[in-house]
Amino acid sequence: MHDTTAHRVTRWALRLIVIGYLLFLVIWPVALVAAKTFANGLAPVIDALRQPEVIFAFQLTLSAAFWAVVINTIFGVGISVLLVRYTFPGRRALNAMVDLPLSVSPVVVGLALVLVYNGRTGWLGQGLEQAGLQVIYAPPGIIMATAFVSLPLVIREVVPVLQEIGTEQEQAARSLGASGLQTFARITLPAIKWGLLYGVVLSLARSLGEFGAVKIVSGGVAMRTQTATLLVEERYQQFGIVNSITAYTAAFILALIAVVALIIITSLRPGRGTSE
Amino acid sequence: MSIKIAGVGKRFGDFIALEDIDLDIATGELTALLGPSGGGKSTLLRIIAGLEVADSGSVEIEGVDATGLPAQKRNVGFVFQHYAAFRHLTVAGNVGFGLKIRKRPRKEIAARVNELLELVHLSQFADRLPAQLSGGQRQRMALARALAIEPTVLLLDEPFGALDANVRKELRAWLRRLHDEVHVTTVFVTHDQEEALDVADRIVVINQGRIEQVGPPDELYDHPTSEFVMSFLGPVTTLDGNLVRPHDLVIETHPFGDAFPGRIERFNRVGFEVRLDVRLIQDDVAPPVLVTLTRADATAKALEIGLSVWIAPVAGASQVRITTPVAPTADDLDVSSPASVPEPTFT
Repeated sequence: MHDTTAHRVTRWALRLIVIGYLLFLVIWPVALVAAKTFANGLAPVIDALRQPEVIFAFQLTLSAAFWAVVINTIFGVGISVLLVRYTFPGRRALNAMVDLPLSVSPVVVGLALVLVYNGRTGWLGQGLEQAGLQVIYAPPGIIMATAFVSLPLVIREVVPVLQEIGTEQEQAARSLGASGLQTFARITLPAIKWGLLYGVVLSLARSLGEFGAVKIVSGGVAMRTQTATLLVEERYQQFGIVNSITAYTAAFILALIAVVALIIITSLRPGRGTSE
Repeated sequence: MSIKIAGVGKRFGDFIALEDIDLDIATGELTALLGPSGGGKSTLLRIIAGLEVADSGSVEIEGVDATGLPAQKRNVGFVFQHYAAFRHLTVAGNVGFGLKIRKRPRKEIAARVNELLELVHLSQFADRLPAQLSGGQRQRMALARALAIEPTVLLLDEPFGALDANVRKELRAWLRRLHDEVHVTTVFVTHDQEEALDVADRIVVINQGRIEQVGPPDELYDHPTSEFVMSFLGPVTTLDGNLVRPHDLVIETHPFGDAFPGRIERFNRVGFEVRLDVRLIQDDVAPPVLVTLTRADATAKALEIGLSVWIAPVAGASQVRITTPVAPTADDLDVSSPASVPEPTFT
């Protein structure tokens, strides 16, 4: 490779900028969380994890994230197929709407959900409450808020893959006698597998970390509707070393789960852009 | 009759892709749908396969009205220009797909797949992924996959269009031999007139959504009924208001019969062939007449630029009277480089 000095300087400058940017914005702050967590050794961390509030908060977060991801996977694939394979009036509007959760503040999402689903004045909430299903200040609301904010992640991963593979494989499968469902299960799904999995992991990471929308719809009552992120906020604002260690521990675990999931999926996934 | 098409029409918005098509295709025949890009031939093939729905008319396959049948119930083998290989399945998995869908016993599938891979000379690649095959191999795999379901008819949409020239020639000779062995009713779409003339039992020329002419290759070449068919099937030149093939012209250095006098304006040798532009004396505003002859012939007659010559069509030459103001030329129709223009697909 023929390299001029100017070229080399540019390259190193670019690298420095990128590394510096990542260092000050991501790596250093996250590392500090880890450092704070283990500042007094392992014992306080284990004590923090033994608190029933912490255990409950993580259970609630995990189950809400799980259901949100399940919902987003099913609807995400459905909407992706609809967007790519069919033309219908309003398709572009739907396409734009899918990105809404990325651009609208989660707090607004939470408020909107409260307006519709609250048990006293909400449009749907009153009927649901009479039927015995409480949405707001209860797990269903938390799941809905979480699903809403992470909806685009699956779709934005799956849509480009669907566009790239085109329709010919599906048509070939149909002409070979496969029904719509067989074609989807045997041809489409394996083709979008990695995109879908990546979307699911992103969606999971986002769901674990959701704060704003959940804060509004859940009320954040400890041992009832307090998720891990809400617990972090509550403990962080209270006095005392035990509380702050608990906050850092919960934050550290949240970050750890997301990072580990991303690392696993990235290492499993075959190189992007190459056909398997 | 294996395929009976009656009154089929199809529009895409304002564009008329097909207009009132009637066509019968005999059982066991190898038929080519030939025409320029965008002429509607691929659409017709896709309508036969059930991948596209006609706006009007009916399609009958082996006596069964298939007009309303979805693709998966037509038992039609379809081969795509770009192979449509199932990327995540092995070659054997691809070929066995249709049988697996039909829930055949595993042993039977394995035996049939082996037999077909043998037929298309891909036995040693059974466990590879399509990405590890060349274009020609992928297309043979696609063909085996289509044949696996023992289709009533085999449909091929520009099957060799994405391959380079040598592989294309090789594969079409191979398709001809395969058809002679398997004898399944086959329809293939092409815009390469040489491919159609070389392979097909019968050619259907389609242009602007209509059938121009149907017949065996020789008949179409020798007795075209329209200027379009004449110029699409081979090179043409204009002499005395008629379209005539440049190799059907006799050229001499002395007057003979009703020959037209002229002067050689351009002398161009391409391999074994010599191409001459002859400017007629009686009509020097018209474009020069193109004459082709063998190099040996040209040498024997000592032809060269500037020489006075006389030209006339050979006895029995196919000629079509020009009725349109400007006759299409072979160059306009781009018959010499067919692979460059992909057929637009309407999805």
